[in-house]
Amino acid sequence: MLDKNGIAKRIAKEVQDGYYVNLGIGIPTLVANYVRDDIEVEFQSENGVLGMGPFPFEGEEDADIINAGKQTITTLPGASFFDSATSFGMIRGQHVDLTILGAMEVSENGDIANWKIPGKMVKGMGGAMDLVASAENIIVAMMHTNRAGESKLLKKCSLPLTGVGCVKKIVTNMAVIEVTPKGFKLLERAPGVSVDDIENATEGDLIIEGDIPEMTL
Amino acid sequence: MINKKVDTISEALKGVSDNMTFMFGGFGLSGIPENAIADLVKRNIKGLTCISNNAGVDDFGLGLLLHQKQIKKMVSSYVGENDEFERQMLSGELDVELIPQGTLAERCRAAQAGFPAIYTPAGYGTEVAEGKETREFDGKMYVLEHAFKADFAFVKAWKGDAAGNLIFKGTARNFNPVMCGAAKITVAEVEELVPVGELDPNQIHVPGIFVQRIFQGETYEKRIEQLTVRERS
Repeated sequence: MLDKNGIAKRIAKEVQDGYYVNLGIGIPTLVANYVRDDIEVEFQSENGVLGMGPFPFEGEEDADIINAGKQTITTLPGASFFDSATSFGMIRGQHVDLTILGAMEVSENGDIANWKIPGKMVKGMGGAMDLVASAENIIVAMMHTNRAGESKLLKKCSLPLTGVGCVKKIVTNMAVIEVTPKGFKLLERAPGVSVDDIENATEGDLIIEGDIPEMTL
Repeated sequence: MINKKVDTISEALKGVSDNMTFMFGGFGLSGIPENAIADLVKRNIKGLTCISNNAGVDDFGLGLLLHQKQIKKMVSSYVGENDEFERQMLSGELDVELIPQGTLAERCRAAQAGFPAIYTPAGYGTEVAEGKETREFDGKMYVLEHAFKADFAFVKAWKGDAAGNLIFKGTARNFNPVMCGAAKITVAEVEELVPVGELDPNQIHVPGIFVQRIFQGETYEKRIEQLTVRERS
């Protein structure tokens, strides 16, 4: 079973040379720590920066340079700033190669719910609906089950949707799963996790073909 | 040169009144029009509809207007950082319309650029699209979203001149440029109002035609919402 950093490490392997990448808040943010340093990747933040760098050293923070989580950041050589319409133009126009975001639920047909729990304070969808509606390459980073132990990979989402039929791949603490036209397809197992464990933790139907390899990190 | 410079903040905000719709630039607390907000607090006008990506924090940004119950309705994409906001929303005192962030930006830009509405894929198949016209283009579904209509847009830039030309700094740019010219009157406040001719025309982010009034803000607190630093190794 992986922890959050393990999930981030596995997803980092999906990041390829020359990619522009948008990282959501939470586990996705950790992915930046594990991207190979022999490839060129630029991170986009939807509030208007491409070429995000690490957090600033104490005393060097600038209120005018933040990420989508409102954290102070730095920029790398080659970075650019732009307005919000241009930023979402990059996203909607499919110029961003890879989007990694968290989810509360994903369904067999690639629907995603990650912005609203009825009866609880609703904070808003931010840029999530724009991202999932437009990105061609969406990877969901999440735990396989919720705090109550219930599966987050469902036949049908029960929470209000963020987008329909958009998720292509899911990396959890237990498995790597592809969302195919026929449903969830198991690609890899986390270290120490059996196919049975994954099936038991997955409410949606799981397509299992041949031997399922253990993931390498 | 057509002069947009006003000498006082009360001249800059002349004409604001109860029940108007305002746009506010900014993302979180970055790039918000601090001086315009402070003056609106002083004026204590009520029943406002505010279009802004976020709603400030309890004691800063639009949170100051919320505190005095000046806002009737917020149109935002994310509003999570504010206890008073939550209280007013749950008690029904405050009406909240949540819309996708890219849609918010594009509804501003449409108003600026003369489009009555735009089609966006964001929100299709979700409750955001309920009751809205949808249409298929090349096999993909889109939602019709209308341009905003607002009385005033309050924006904040780094530098500007009396012609109304604006230059922004860092991610404090965000929604500010797309709100310029998107309301009947755009009021720009800048950290530094420089003499006309000093800004290089090649470097202007927003041309002065989109701005009706410009002034230099008295002070800027520029509060950081999430100070995040790394250790020096």
